[in-house]
Amino acid sequence: MEKTAAYRKDVYKIEAIDVNAFYGQFHALKGINLGMEENAVTALIGPSGCGKSTFLRLFNRMNDYIDEFRMKGQIRIDGNKIYNSYIEVEQLRKYVGMVFQKPNPFPKSIFDNVAYGLRIQGIRDKKLISERVEKALKQADLWSEVKDNLKKSALALSGGQQQRVCIARTLAVEPSIILMDEPTSALDPISTARIEDLIFQLKTEYTIVIVTHNMQQAGRLSDKTAFFYMGELIEHGPTKELFTNPKHDRTENYISGRFG
Amino acid sequence: MLRAKEYIIEKVLFLCALITILTTIGIILVLSIEAVIFFSEVSIIDFVTDTQWTPLFTKKHFGILPLLSGTMLTTLIAIAVALPIGLSIAIYLNEFSPKGFRKSIKPLLELLAAVPTVVYGFFALMVVTPFLQMIIPGLSGFNALSAGMVMGIMIIPFVTSLSEDALFAVPKSLREASYGMGSTRLQTSFNVTVPAASSGIIVSVILALSRAIGETMIVAIAAGQQPRLTFDPTVPIETITAYIVQVSLGDVQHGTLEYRTIFAAGITLFIFTFILNNISFFIRKKYQQRYE
Amino acid sequence: MNNAKINKAKDKAFQMWGIFCTFLGLVLLAVFIGAIIKDGILRIDWQFLTSLPSRKPENAGILTAMMGSLWILGLTAIVAIPLGIGAAIYLEEYSKKSRFASLLEINISNLAGVPSIIYGLLGLEIFVRLLKFGPSVLAGSFTLSLLILPIIIVATREAIKAVPKTIKEASFAMGATKWQTMWNQILPASFGGILTGVILALSRAVGETAPLIVIGALAYVPFTPSSPMDEFSVLPIQIFNWVSRPQHGFVINAAAAIIILLLVTFTMNAIAVYFRNKWQKKVNW
Repeated sequence: MEKTAAYRKDVYKIEAIDVNAFYGQFHALKGINLGMEENAVTALIGPSGCGKSTFLRLFNRMNDYIDEFRMKGQIRIDGNKIYNSYIEVEQLRKYVGMVFQKPNPFPKSIFDNVAYGLRIQGIRDKKLISERVEKALKQADLWSEVKDNLKKSALALSGGQQQRVCIARTLAVEPSIILMDEPTSALDPISTARIEDLIFQLKTEYTIVIVTHNMQQAGRLSDKTAFFYMGELIEHGPTKELFTNPKHDRTENYISGRFG
Repeated sequence: MLRAKEYIIEKVLFLCALITILTTIGIILVLSIEAVIFFSEVSIIDFVTDTQWTPLFTKKHFGILPLLSGTMLTTLIAIAVALPIGLSIAIYLNEFSPKGFRKSIKPLLELLAAVPTVVYGFFALMVVTPFLQMIIPGLSGFNALSAGMVMGIMIIPFVTSLSEDALFAVPKSLREASYGMGSTRLQTSFNVTVPAASSGIIVSVILALSRAIGETMIVAIAAGQQPRLTFDPTVPIETITAYIVQVSLGDVQHGTLEYRTIFAAGITLFIFTFILNNISFFIRKKYQQRYE
Repeated sequence: MNNAKINKAKDKAFQMWGIFCTFLGLVLLAVFIGAIIKDGILRIDWQFLTSLPSRKPENAGILTAMMGSLWILGLTAIVAIPLGIGAAIYLEEYSKKSRFASLLEINISNLAGVPSIIYGLLGLEIFVRLLKFGPSVLAGSFTLSLLILPIIIVATREAIKAVPKTIKEASFAMGATKWQTMWNQILPASFGGILTGVILALSRAVGETAPLIVIGALAYVPFTPSSPMDEFSVLPIQIFNWVSRPQHGFVINAAAAIIILLLVTFTMNAIAVYFRNKWQKKVNW
């Protein structure tokens, strides 16, 4: 994506400005302003239905497919408005990858899953594709487990492995930002720990935004945390600060487990 | 490049979908243009009140009533066969039968609807009519009874399939509540599930009716080619569809009044099925919303 | 007998009635087919399969009708499959919730209920007369294509709907366009269901008689079609013609031709059911 010189790109990788979102009559996000730094992990937390997933899906325009959805305000990535008629959503999504709540590999082989993003870009060079697939699987900490049967269906893998295939699939197109929508909520504790390790390694190279229900996870992984409640951004700041010294009662009640 | 390709693909797909609209427009235009010319020569009052249909004779009458009564008669006989049997099967499969049985019997039942109608016509004429003649001595070789009964067997799967879906969609909690009060399966079916699924069952009957009205080959083969205003199921009659076949097989010249009679008959048939189909569509829409 | 016992007995009685009804249609069908096989099986020989129609029942054969049916089947498939699948994709993935979309919806539901003979009248006026195809294989195939289009559309939409939404989301999130998602993910995943619908629709086309009679297909065609513009007959029309003749020899011929026709439609249905079951097993995401 082109970089605009006039914008303070050094400050924020992703910035939401006065964002309001609606599903039909329902006001899902109310005047959100939030910046997220490059090569850092930002966690979005809050009770179910607070709007955090809706917010996350604004950054790769995945809400575009919902019939009743409307959005006001601006999202900037690298200083560029992404809700603009000249933005090609396909290009945006190559730059902003996404990992979903439930592992959703395609009903294809492991190799074809990871190569999918490259192939739809029109890359036909077999050597390049297999190099990138190998690199992505290594980054996703899966290479050693699957290198001998890349032709196996991804659906035959365990849940944790499937989620790592999905991460590898995202990494293979070399995005700059990775959005994660509760990536471990469907996994067992051991698989969860491995994915968390992985996220920790990835943050040196990628900007990561993660939605999570798990307070410990947010605490362990993220540099910054934002707390949402009923469509409003209640509080945000460095994770340590927010967890040890929350400014709002709501935040304190939520992180101490009094509701949610 | 990519955008242009996507754009073209979307337009091509749109054209595919548009064909369906064009088909409907085509049907309505073709039927009405020919019918309008027909009614400029034949009074519409005669058409709906005259009790004789003899367009191919020297003394011409253009009363649709005999063809309509023939169509109604065979349709009613078919429904009288298909409704009780089809609905009983649906209730049995839904409430009584073992699970695996339901799954394996359904494709078999659908086979009944897969048999080409010309084959059913053969059954009606060559097997059912001779059999019925042993029971009813006065039965003619061509009659509405045998054609209607065979048609009824053919449309059993239409009634069963949709009714069964409707019964299946009744929330389990309703059924369990009934069992909890000590009801038998039969009581649960008739007091709880069937009433709850009534709109779906009505839809299935309407669609079966519409199918029977439009059915052609069985009646063309086995019911005869003698338009007459009667509800006697033992004598030869003629339905709207059979008349269209009869004219199509003959040497009627394009552009003549005789030729246009098939469009006048066709539009009558179309109007009936169109109304029935729309009723069923709206009932279905309404009832889908209720469960969602 | 007390009340509970009476209820129990009624319950049992209905169960028996249910089993009786379930098998009634099938048993009758079996009896019918048995009668037909008894009448016609001995008539099926090489001469019957390879002879042209004739005024004498013992010389007549089904060659032209069979070839006509094959031509119709092939051309109808070529026309109806891409159109039907294309329309279904449009309805399922492209059309927004608009008035036009709901018009399309109700229209297709309506078309599915239009009697086949009405399609014959449409084909007669549009394809045979207006476009001057004459009573040709082409006119017949176009007419039957329009007739089975709603069946293919409905089946394809069901199959597409059965593909989990998560697959679609994942593909979009990778930067795939709508068509790339359709072509690479949704169509392969719904292939079995679409195939089932297509085969069932084509089997319907093979058995159709009335619309082809209306467009002017003949019972007596002394040659096999060699181009789409040729006149033709099909098996069901040949059967109809033979059934309506008084000589007993032709009834035997009709029974023999019915055996061939049923063989074709039942085989197609069996293949369709096979694909449906195979596909349903695979769809456990």
